[in-house]
Amino acid sequence: MKVLGFALRAFRRDLRAGELSILLAAIIVAVTAMTAVGFFTDRVGGAMKDQASQVLAADLVLRSAGPISPGYLQDAKDLGLETAETLAFPTVVVSGEQTTLAAIDAVSATYPLRGQLTVADTLFGNGRPATGTPAPGEAWAEPGLLGRLGLEVGASVSVGERSLRITRVLQYKPDQNIGFVNLAPGLMVNLDDVPSFGVVKPGSRVTYNQMYAGSDATIAEFREQLTPRLRPDESLRGREDAGDQINAAIDRAQRFLTLASLVTVILAAVAAAMAARRYALRHLDNVALLKTLGATQSFVIAVTVTELVFVIALTSVVGVLLGYGAQYGLAVIAAEFVGFVLPPASGQPFLLGVLTAATVVVGFALPHLLSVGTTPPLRVLRKDLPPPRLSAAITYGVALAAIGALVLAIVRDPLLLGLIAGGVVGTAVVSFGLGWLLVRSLSRFRGAAGIAWRYGLANIARRGGESVVQIVAFGLSLMVLLLLGVVRNDILKTWEQTLPANAPNQFMINIEPDQIAGLKAFFREEVGQEPVSLPLIRGRLTAVNGKPIKEVKVANAQGAAFLQREANLTWTDTLPASNVVTAGEWWGAGYAGPLQLSLDAELATNLGVKVGDSLTFNVAGEDIDAPITSLRTIEWDSFQPNFYVVLSPGVSADLPQTYLASVYVPRDRVEMLSRLVRQFPGVTVLDLEVILSQVRSVIDKASMAVQYVFLFTLLAGVVVLLAAIQLTRDERRFESAILHTLGAARRKILQGVAVEFVTLGSLAGVLAAVGATLLGWGLATFAFKLEYTVSALLWPLGLATGALIVGVTGTLATRKAVNEPPVAVLRDR
Amino acid sequence: MLRAAGLTKQVSSPEGILTILDDVSLNIARGESVALVGPSGAGKTTLLAILAGLDQPTRGRVWLCGEELTAMDEDGRALMRARRVGFVFQSFHLVQSLTALENVMLPLELAGEARAAAVARETLANVGLSARVGHYPKQLSGGEQQRVAIARAFVMRPEVLFADEPTGNLDSATGDRIGRLLFDLNAESKTTLVLVTHERDLAARCDRTISIDAGRVEAGREVA
Repeated sequence: MKVLGFALRAFRRDLRAGELSILLAAIIVAVTAMTAVGFFTDRVGGAMKDQASQVLAADLVLRSAGPISPGYLQDAKDLGLETAETLAFPTVVVSGEQTTLAAIDAVSATYPLRGQLTVADTLFGNGRPATGTPAPGEAWAEPGLLGRLGLEVGASVSVGERSLRITRVLQYKPDQNIGFVNLAPGLMVNLDDVPSFGVVKPGSRVTYNQMYAGSDATIAEFREQLTPRLRPDESLRGREDAGDQINAAIDRAQRFLTLASLVTVILAAVAAAMAARRYALRHLDNVALLKTLGATQSFVIAVTVTELVFVIALTSVVGVLLGYGAQYGLAVIAAEFVGFVLPPASGQPFLLGVLTAATVVVGFALPHLLSVGTTPPLRVLRKDLPPPRLSAAITYGVALAAIGALVLAIVRDPLLLGLIAGGVVGTAVVSFGLGWLLVRSLSRFRGAAGIAWRYGLANIARRGGESVVQIVAFGLSLMVLLLLGVVRNDILKTWEQTLPANAPNQFMINIEPDQIAGLKAFFREEVGQEPVSLPLIRGRLTAVNGKPIKEVKVANAQGAAFLQREANLTWTDTLPASNVVTAGEWWGAGYAGPLQLSLDAELATNLGVKVGDSLTFNVAGEDIDAPITSLRTIEWDSFQPNFYVVLSPGVSADLPQTYLASVYVPRDRVEMLSRLVRQFPGVTVLDLEVILSQVRSVIDKASMAVQYVFLFTLLAGVVVLLAAIQLTRDERRFESAILHTLGAARRKILQGVAVEFVTLGSLAGVLAAVGATLLGWGLATFAFKLEYTVSALLWPLGLATGALIVGVTGTLATRKAVNEPPVAVLRDR
Repeated sequence: MLRAAGLTKQVSSPEGILTILDDVSLNIARGESVALVGPSGAGKTTLLAILAGLDQPTRGRVWLCGEELTAMDEDGRALMRARRVGFVFQSFHLVQSLTALENVMLPLELAGEARAAAVARETLANVGLSARVGHYPKQLSGGEQQRVAIARAFVMRPEVLFADEPTGNLDSATGDRIGRLLFDLNAESKTTLVLVTHERDLAARCDRTISIDAGRVEAGREVA
């Protein structure tokens, strides 16, 4: 109790006296950076979870190839869940003389339970959210179906024995399967109409769905009830199943941003350690006095620890509040590429904030402050008694252990922790080495100019260790900002320049084989150039060397993933331009012999197969078997259609297939695409430039978000600077008092201070520019395989930013110490 | 009240073992005031520090209020100081970030005294600083700072007060006033006073003077 009261009063007094300002600022910056990212990723995670529900159009879906017991629906309703039913099957839709295959979606009135349907009143009309679902006798058609049948809204179509009137264009449904190749355009009808079609009979290919939505807890309860009762052909899909990939992506993004903010935490921790050291040094005499007045060592330590608990509490609350405010900035930046409204954040990031504050305090401030506890009381009589020395092992050991624990709590992966630790230590060693060289190089200039220069440069050299810390703290944050702001643009520009001016910018898919000739003629007429086309065959790998894939052991996870999905195959007699054969032999032009296949070399490695092995693919129910006769490396970013698996011509031509084609259409001729869609209604056109600009926008936003996070790092750099200045404040006061007394004008002294900090900032800028250039070159050369030319802007920008920020902050922060009247300062000593 | 027997203090230095105190024994009665005098480096301050339990002798024993200080550990001595001992220093040793009032409250707060502020205010009034309670040390003159320090020393009504050159940092007029204040309060509260000083006048006010040279009590120079 006594300790608590004493600590509380001491804390209040320290706050009032400004003794804790820098320490608090450092921890608050760390907590703010951490929680801003925490809150933001938490909200994005929440949004993605909602999105995952939308992909299902429900929270839980029960799917079966046969009718599902209506009893389940009742059970769900009894638990208070919302329910819906759908039935999906392919069938032929007829309109007059025209017929086409359509994917029928028969839905109950409550569909969808999550997300919304978007409809329009005319083909290509403006979309709006739908109210309800198609009424009995009505149907909502996807644009492709209307195109294929040449119909408008209001027309009638026949499905089996029933005639339906098309009342809306269905533009979007939440549980749409987004893939490049849709089987058939969709027609949404009322579930109650299905019996009257007379097409759903036992043995028909029909998918039955029951959908449920409700609170997480109820859904979980219902799922638990339902699972043991399911037949083998019935399967449940929850949003956690739907969202696996999304979750993984968020997890990665979260870890990356958190690691980025970790740089801030480390810098801020360095500042906190400096501030704590200064606090401790200033408090040695007070502690000695307290002991003289009868305070025991355990009391002093208890008070110190309690005060630090207050520090943790205060910085956590303030930092979390600021972090919550700051994440709005991130959310605004991200809004566009996330593409939907973010839900509110949960309370979890608060814990992260407290953890961050505790880590910095325990790891970086506590050792310095605890050492004060061992101050001998005799110091009140003998000022010359040295302050208690902290062993380096304790100082650095505790700090490293604390940061390690925090990183481990974030990444939850010891291996990754090792990699990060290696990276951090490596970066620190390299940058400290560079910083030290830079500081050393200054000595040459000492004699170059007047007293202000000599005084300023001498200061940097004298506080060598601290100078290096400041240069590195600033240099690192500046480097990341330069990398993201300047180098990224340089690399993107270089990459764009490597693309040929007339690289294909329009991709077409779902082209029927009999449309190819017409399509080529169309483009010849419109843009004077034929599209490059390739057949597209959907097939699933079923056996390797005659062994079913269930028994095949693939080399790695990518190989396993390939087995999970339907692959796109093509056939051709000419080796695609962006491919190089690395093993075996290409079959050559005009080949018409037995079926062979050529595999992407990387895929072959992933699958663990080689030239001479044979693969079996199932294409539309039929097994085709062929030996691998060549392996190819593929330049995927060539903007040409590329395939992992290429078949030889001949029998391949008879397999069920569509075509895809690519062509360059000048920007001012894109209006012709609307004529294309009308003339070839089934063909889907993808505008690559639109996709590219979307990709670019995502990269821009993502790097903006990262830059935003690194602004905190810059702030942490400023706090390091302030902490270092504070640490040397008494010394500077005394020195400038002496210089004053010796007759130096205040302006001269201030000039010296300005020289010191502008030089420090410039050195940090040099370090940043060197780092950004090297990293940029490395990324361009090794990751993107591009020729990298350093932007002329990089060095001046780094130098100027560093000199400006450090110069102004440092000079302003030191001004007060310089301006104090010398008499007062000297009397204090 | 305060008894020392065979106190020896040695420290190691580059020139070998240095003896600061050599077999010092003394006896101070309750309520007595004693001045420790002698040239600089004679060992006065070291003796004071050992008598107050701020430092440990190499050999010898000290009893304070009947309890053996030299047998206690650091924390035991601290508790002893908290209950029975007050200090006044040459350089005042006020906490710069605390006001005069808060400085005087400090020992009371350490002892968990509930009425700390009221008691401290009263004590400051006794040293004539009622008007200065809210001032920080650097807003006070040297004499005023020492008066705050004296208030802080007396606020716990200690049985023994140790003063190390209490007027050493003050001009002679101010030093005179501070000396008078110290002795007035001492008489009033019947505190035992142990004083290290160079000032003849101050030493002369004491009941007894113990002269120390080269770490030894000078024979025959103990003046009653």
